[in-house]
This record gives sequence, C-alpha cells and structure tokens, in this order.
Amino acid sequence: MSAFRKYTPDEIAARIARDIPAGSIVNLGIGQPTRVANHLRRDVEMILHSENGLLGMGPAPPKGSEDPDLINAGKQPVSEVRGACFFHSADSFGMMRGGHLDICVLGAFQVSAAGDLANWHTGETGAVPGVGGAMDLAIGARQIFVMMDHVTRDGAPKLVAACSYPLTARACVARVYTDLATIDVTPQGFFARDLCEGLTLAGLQARTGAPVALA
Amino acid sequence: MRAQARADGRIDKIWPSLAAAVADIRDGATVLVGGFGDAGAPFGLLHALLDQGARDLTIVSNNAGSGEVGIAALLKAGRVARIVCSFPKTSGSTVFEELYRAGRIELELVPQGTLAERMRAAGAGIGAFFTPTGAGTMLAEGKETRILDGREQVLEYPIHADVALIRADRADRWGNLVYRKTARNFAPVMATAARTTIVEARQIVPLGALDPEAVVTPGVFVRRIVETG
Repeated sequence: MSAFRKYTPDEIAARIARDIPAGSIVNLGIGQPTRVANHLRRDVEMILHSENGLLGMGPAPPKGSEDPDLINAGKQPVSEVRGACFFHSADSFGMMRGGHLDICVLGAFQVSAAGDLANWHTGETGAVPGVGGAMDLAIGARQIFVMMDHVTRDGAPKLVAACSYPLTARACVARVYTDLATIDVTPQGFFARDLCEGLTLAGLQARTGAPVALA
Repeated sequence: MRAQARADGRIDKIWPSLAAAVADIRDGATVLVGGFGDAGAPFGLLHALLDQGARDLTIVSNNAGSGEVGIAALLKAGRVARIVCSFPKTSGSTVFEELYRAGRIELELVPQGTLAERMRAAGAGIGAFFTPTGAGTMLAEGKETRILDGREQVLEYPIHADVALIRADRADRWGNLVYRKTARNFAPVMATAARTTIVEARQIVPLGALDPEAVVTPGVFVRRIVETG
C-alpha cells in the first residue's frame, strides 16, 4: 500500500473549526475536541458552551490567575469572555435537550454507519463507568461532529457497521473527522469528503469497518 | 414552607456553626451534594457531616469525590451505602474506585442532564417525565419508554431528598442566595429538591444587600445558612 501522511491533531482540529459557521453556539467535549478552540475563526463571533454552566467560555487563563470557581467540563481552569453568562445545571442541559446548541464536537470509541455513537464506556468488567453529559449532548445538539483516530492502537477500525461498545445514543453523528479522512454519516452510510495526502479510497476502506464511498 | 421565625418574630435562617447545622441528619438519609468537581463543593458541611457520624447515606452528586476530602472522606469512612451520580471516575477518585471494585458501594449512574432534571422535577412537584436522553442505551434498560414527537423517550422519576448541602457565595438571613461563576452548577436545583437545604456561604450580607433582580436561589428553598468564609 502506498505511503500516506496522516492529518495531525491540529490539522484535524483546524479542519473542524473551518466547518463551524459564524454565530454558532458550540460545545466542545472533553479530551481531543477541546483542541478545536485554538483554531476557531477570530474574525467572527461564536459562543462556546460548557456543560457545567457557562456560555461564553474563553481560553485557559495565564498561569497564576486561575480561578477554582471558573472551570470547564474537564475541570480545567478557563476564562469568561465579555458577554458570558452563568446558569445552573438543569438550564445547561435544558439548552442541550431543547435543541439550543448548534454543534457539539465529541470524542468516540466507535461510530456506526447508522450514526450510532459509543463514547462513554468500554463495557469491560471492573471498569468504572462514567457517563457525565455525553448522552445529553449526543441527543441534544443539532449537529454532532466526532473527532477521533480512524483506528484503535491495535489497528481495529473505529468506524464500524455496528458498535460493539455500549451506545451513547443512536443515529446522532453527522460527521466524523479522523487522522485519515473527513466522513459524512448519511442514511446511505459513510461518505468520505476528503482523504489525507497519499491515501486512496481503497486504503481508507481497508481501515474502515463498513462500506465507505467518495462523497 | 413556614420559615423559622425567632422569638422576636424575625425570620433568620443563620445557624451558629456547621456542626449545629448538620446535627440532625439521620442514618440512611438521602443527601444532595452540590459541586462539579471541587467547584461549588460544600467541603465545610461535608466535613461537619463526617464528624457528625451519620451512616448508610445515599449521596446524590455529579461526581464521587476525589483525594480524601469532601465526599471522598465520607466514602473512606464507610458512611455511604449508595451513590447516585453521572461521573464517578475523575482524576483522584481512587477512594470511590476501590470501594466500587470491591463491591462495597452501590452506584446508580445517571446522565448528567437527567440527574439535574430529576432533581428539578422533585423541587417543582412533577411526578415523572419522559426524556430522549439515554434511549436505546444500557442506562435505559428496564425503564418504560414511549415514542413522543417521533423519538423514543425514557420515563424518569424525581429525586427527592432529606437534605441538600450546597455552597453559595453570598446569602442573606432570609436565605436568598447568589453564587460565583461555575461554582453554581447543581446548587440551585438541589436547593429545591430537599426537605432541608443547608448552605455554607462565603459571606452573609444584610437583608436588602442582594439585588432582588439578581437573586439566583430565592430564600424559600433554604432552611439553614452558615457563614464559612
């Protein structure tokens, strides 16, 4: 198989940021998706939502000026932008379920061709499960983007025909951004919008657990 | 609920100490605990509850504590029989993880928004509600579902509690509260859902000092306040 150059995490994050329209209300999930914040357009306004009760989240503060009362969903210190507001958890999740968030970017273990998402629990015995806000975000935001590696460390596809891990929500994912490709999830299955440099469709298919076509 | 008026007829919910404020929490009580991680966690009240000694508690909180303080201190002392939370596994949540793996604590895992809404429902007198969150997942197993608005929704019941322990930034003697930044999180919802809401406040201010337009938790939901700084 010919050589190809994977997208770097920053390239994936920048790719996602380009697809977020001006004026959007956006929730970035914990882990990799927080990287998207570094690439959001600066010439237009958009508002970041944090599930723990903040609209108008800003970047991490300079060292020494962290405020323990001002954190994100990953419990890391953040800042508030001008125009920010605080609210309680029931309102915060009402914003999700009520369809008031435009885009949510989440990490994932697996995404199925039907758009099912598995991102909260490996299902292993002895593993301590923790769901947090994942299920509420998955069913609530108007568009769910997933940011993840295309395959596991062992090389197994993470885009699959059916999820083997416990589901977060059914048929919720609109698009998956991986280190190999950007893939739309449609009623007809996976369609690749772009491939990383040097990767062929056959090469992508070999690393994907369900049929994938070019968009 | 009738406020506790003093002998002189004044409504005054200020208590002299954390220990006095938690003294009547009974074995087997269901206790709501505010906080998202450490932000808004009522450490003063939790440590007073630890000293007080109540056992077989059900703790309802977003997380299951970290390190060996707050909820984790209650867990370590063996006071908690059951925990209802959305995300027990956080950095430093080793006390919970050990008890869980040893089968010495019962966990009810609830999606975070459902957790908040179940307490909101309790406080607002709602008998039950249907939510799309969790439909088709293992967290909905055994629960009644219905297709509403074209999507599968899960029947969820309110979480009523004996006590809520929360932290506020400022309070007045009528129990009106304001919070600070993301330390607000679950506290306003928990305050509505418990028979007795106990507040540790950074500062108690005179009546009239809080802008009535900006009060977040109306005093009607609060029974006891202790100033902790």
